[in-house]
Amino acid sequence: MAVASVVILAMLTSAVVLGPFVWRLPINEIDFTARLTSPSWQHPFGTDDLGQDLLARMLYGGRISLAVGFAAMAVAIVAGTLIGAISGISRGSVDAVLMWVTDLFLALPQLPLLLLVIYLFRDFLKNWVGPEGGVFILIVMVIGAFRWMPVARLVRAQFLSLREKEFVEAARALGATTPRLVIRHILPNSLGPVIVAGTIDVAAAIIAESTLSFLGLGFPPDIPTWGRLLFDAKDYLDIAPHWALFAGAAIFLTVLAINFIGDGLRDALDPRKVM
Amino acid sequence: MGKYILRRLIIALPSLLGISLVLFVLLALAPGDPFGELATNTNIPPEVRAALRVKFGIDDPIFVRYLRWLVAMLHGDWGFSFSSRIDVDKLILQRVPTTLFVVGSSQILALAVALPVGVYAAMRPYSIFDQIANTFAFVGFSLPTFFTGLLLILIFSVNLGWLPFVYRVDIPATGWHWYWENFKQAIMPVVVLGLFQAASYTRYVRSAVLDVIRMDYVTTARSKGLNEGKVVLKHVVRNALIPVVTLVALQMPAVFGGAIVTEQIFRIPGIGSLLITAILANDTPVIMAVTFVFACLVVVFNLMADIIYGWLDPRISYR
Repeated sequence: MAVASVVILAMLTSAVVLGPFVWRLPINEIDFTARLTSPSWQHPFGTDDLGQDLLARMLYGGRISLAVGFAAMAVAIVAGTLIGAISGISRGSVDAVLMWVTDLFLALPQLPLLLLVIYLFRDFLKNWVGPEGGVFILIVMVIGAFRWMPVARLVRAQFLSLREKEFVEAARALGATTPRLVIRHILPNSLGPVIVAGTIDVAAAIIAESTLSFLGLGFPPDIPTWGRLLFDAKDYLDIAPHWALFAGAAIFLTVLAINFIGDGLRDALDPRKVM
Repeated sequence: MGKYILRRLIIALPSLLGISLVLFVLLALAPGDPFGELATNTNIPPEVRAALRVKFGIDDPIFVRYLRWLVAMLHGDWGFSFSSRIDVDKLILQRVPTTLFVVGSSQILALAVALPVGVYAAMRPYSIFDQIANTFAFVGFSLPTFFTGLLLILIFSVNLGWLPFVYRVDIPATGWHWYWENFKQAIMPVVVLGLFQAASYTRYVRSAVLDVIRMDYVTTARSKGLNEGKVVLKHVVRNALIPVVTLVALQMPAVFGGAIVTEQIFRIPGIGSLLITAILANDTPVIMAVTFVFACLVVVFNLMADIIYGWLDPRISYR
């Protein structure tokens, strides 16, 4: 399953990366004679209420959706590893405070806070970096900021057990400083579970981004991410179901493939495999 | 048990305080004046604006402002909704029961599906049933709720016309008819939310039961000659539920997030859709209060999970 999923994900990724070079219809060409048409040779995925080609929009939006997923995963992993490592290597109050913050973040209602942050900071970033970049940075940062906790806990747990191992003690006896210990010896050994968590985070981030767009609070309408396409399509369900179906199926396939890959990785990396 | 509950309550308070601090810092860090909206809104008289500025003490140091805000929240003084023109606490109180009803029934549905399926799958690991259940679980939690919601509307409301797709609180009927209409309109949101949660719960239950079923005491129970049903129900499931309760409690923020989406799709008048309308209308007091209520609900559900812990594993409550 995991191998098949890698193939599917690779196909989806190359489709959205290379697709716009092959399928050259513009994403914003308005054609009222072809409003809400069903899939045909001319428009394989049909058109929307302004007669814009949905295949082109899906390919373009997929780039954004996937980019958000991977970027948010990177943010979550970096933040989580940093906090987990600091908390795992230091004893006493620093550890206690960091873990309290982690637990606090785990108890926060994420979606309402995501919405709140976007509501509060949207205009500011829009004026600062422009509408597209601003929203992209904001969404990546907030999704990352609400996904680092599991990674931090994993890394901390790994650190707690690894720092008592003989090879770490040997390195310390040879005079390695704490930063060197952490970076050269402990961190590389603790990354296995982080990779699994990171894979699953990509799926969660893609869902989070499409949820925000679906609620009308993600990207602006001229950036057709998959969630945004669903949001626009939901008022035309009865006359143009294809509009919603293709975008939804794309999200579903991507997330399913990523989840299967994460599961496969977990099985491959887990030493106490259940047989 | 009473002492244990009290202790958990005391531990829950700091996390509520922490959440309120996060909320407040967010609002304080937000660029611009959060009440700047009022200045351009001609519907709000200047004296109200001045009163609000004094009440929220915008020009005081941040620590004083936080304390004052906290005291006001504790007194039940949650402010005044700009767009609905009633007190925020009244507005939220009207909406909370609907949300609790939908979230509660979907959780019951999720557990009613996940427990039997997960236990049965774990008792026959890698059987055909297990693999089918596993595949369905993967499909289930990879399907985002907004997509399944739209699909169900498309099938059952648009194509078949069996179920209404707008949720109404004021059904013009009485007696059995009222219950029937309510049931019909609640089916789709509850199923969407419930099955989405059931998918991940099934996997938790399965792995928890798998961990427990190989313990020595289970073998002992079997060799005593207890029948299989009793072994599973009394020995395995009760102990397997302990980690499951933790994971369900950890899922609570996600559950309320899903509730926001389902409320939005099916137009359920709960606090989730209130939040979205408030955000679209720039109604700051409502946004703050709803977010805080969501946080409180999450903390309350975590507290309930702690109490269930104490019941499942009496050792925890004696510690």
